[in-house]
Amino acid sequence: MASDVPQQTSLPLGGQIRSILIALGFKPRTAVILVPYLWLTIFFVVPCIIILKISFAQTVIAQPPYTPMFGPESVPHDQLFDNFKRLFQDSLYYKAYLNSLNLAFFSTLICLLIGYPMAYGIARCSPSTRALLLLAIILPFWTSFLIRVYAWKSILSKEGVVNDLLLGLGIIDEPLLILYTPAAMYIGVVYTYLPFMILPLYANLEKMDLSLLEAAADLGCRPLKAFCVITIPLSLPGIIAGALLVFIPAVGEYVIPELLGGPNALMIGKVVADEFFQNRDWPMASAVAVAILIILVIPIMAFQYFQGKAQEAPK
Amino acid sequence: MNKRLSWFVLLMLVLGFAFLYGPIVVLVSYSFNDNKLMTLWGGFSTRWYPILLQDEAVLTAAKNSFIIAAVSATFATVQGTMAGYVLARYRKFHGRVAFSGMVTAPLVMPEVITGLSLLLLFKQLDDVIGWPDRMGFTTVILAHITFSMSYVTVVMQSRFSVFDMSLEEAALDLGARPLKTFLLITLPIVAPAVVSGWLLAFTISLDDLVITLYTNGPGSGTLPQLIFSKVRRGVDPTINALATLIITLVASGVITSHILMTRSEKRRQRDIQLALQINK
Repeated sequence: MASDVPQQTSLPLGGQIRSILIALGFKPRTAVILVPYLWLTIFFVVPCIIILKISFAQTVIAQPPYTPMFGPESVPHDQLFDNFKRLFQDSLYYKAYLNSLNLAFFSTLICLLIGYPMAYGIARCSPSTRALLLLAIILPFWTSFLIRVYAWKSILSKEGVVNDLLLGLGIIDEPLLILYTPAAMYIGVVYTYLPFMILPLYANLEKMDLSLLEAAADLGCRPLKAFCVITIPLSLPGIIAGALLVFIPAVGEYVIPELLGGPNALMIGKVVADEFFQNRDWPMASAVAVAILIILVIPIMAFQYFQGKAQEAPK
Repeated sequence: MNKRLSWFVLLMLVLGFAFLYGPIVVLVSYSFNDNKLMTLWGGFSTRWYPILLQDEAVLTAAKNSFIIAAVSATFATVQGTMAGYVLARYRKFHGRVAFSGMVTAPLVMPEVITGLSLLLLFKQLDDVIGWPDRMGFTTVILAHITFSMSYVTVVMQSRFSVFDMSLEEAALDLGARPLKTFLLITLPIVAPAVVSGWLLAFTISLDDLVITLYTNGPGSGTLPQLIFSKVRRGVDPTINALATLIITLVASGVITSHILMTRSEKRRQRDIQLALQINK
């Protein structure tokens, strides 16, 4: 390890500071760990604790606009879970959760149906074509998310390309209303998150041992059956990783419903923003956000687990 | 392999790529449309570009975005490199599990929650220590460092985990200090990964809207914020021109970093080959 090196003769001042620090038990290694550790504690862990704390409070007209955790003005014990109870009682909230979960679930499914054959095709190309196609998958994924969603706004509009095409081909007589409907949101989410599905699937399918398929064919197994009983089960980790990478962010999606779903789209990401910025109800916004996290905690833990396994695996 | 299956896969690839690139092509071609009503073609024109480049609000927002992205990407790269090094090299230390959890959690955290929780942190800090007073550059940059350092960490961790330790060991055996070894041996070797990590962090910061909406204040509005407020109201031909410029910029960034990575990988492979041949 880097820090176990024998001491060298050194510059007077630097060496002295060094030996003092080491004498205090402060190894360079500790500093390297400590800096990102502290940063993430302050800017990731503490905010999570604060949001949890505020989700139990009640809104008051004061600065800050919520009741303190302790002291005479704090929330009585029997009212601690009032915000969370409201999530089940007020249809605004539970409908928003259901809509968001619906959108996320079906978008994930559509992404899988489109992404699987694509990832499969890329994995079976020659290595140079593969690199090129992969770059082509990654490229739109980095070219501004907002702009790509906005592109659909004009494509799906009443005078947009889709309607022009369908009218021109004589498939429809009147322009379809696609923009500001749930369909537009599904298109937006699938379009945005498709690369997240393809990349882990590809990584998995590329590593697959093709001799297994040959063996199956030699033993008289039909290709379609071989695909179902060998390829799909072996690619399950890729399917899970891809599905989680699409599902988790899609649940909290704010921009796509806002741009493509129209003013009536009731999505949970939008509810958080409205509660905070428009109603200035910090405790309710926090409670809605905490509940999203509770819903997503199992998918997130599952993702962490698979990610950890992939990272620890010998390369 | 079955002919019908390959045919199906090929078709899906063609359709899939058409789906991914179609909207971008439409958007770019609209930016050269003379007609103000975007969806009607009024002939080729570049008139939206000068209008865009004279728009003070757009230029200010672009400048803000670049400052925020450059500063936060730099800090995120330093921290992400440290965190990636720690995760790849220090197999055992107190709190390793918590550490790796904290590093990857921001990657999968819904943006709405990250944004809101950071905003609440800043408000709380302001109540307790009187800082940061109001939202602006500082708060956005702190927020962007936090979520983009996770991406850099992933890049650097995978780079460090395939790193050939014998080079460092040789330097250390010859009497170089750990820090000197890191700066003279380790860092130059992983430099391409550092560059692509920085570019990744830069792009993510440049692209972010949701977390920025929560943690930004007046006076430091970013380009995505400006675009969002404009396109919410309707379509605007200058936004198409802006989008085309951004797409060109980001695409060249991604392609450059890809070429850098491929080149260094090829060089590494060649070096390994050479070393093996000499050893024979």
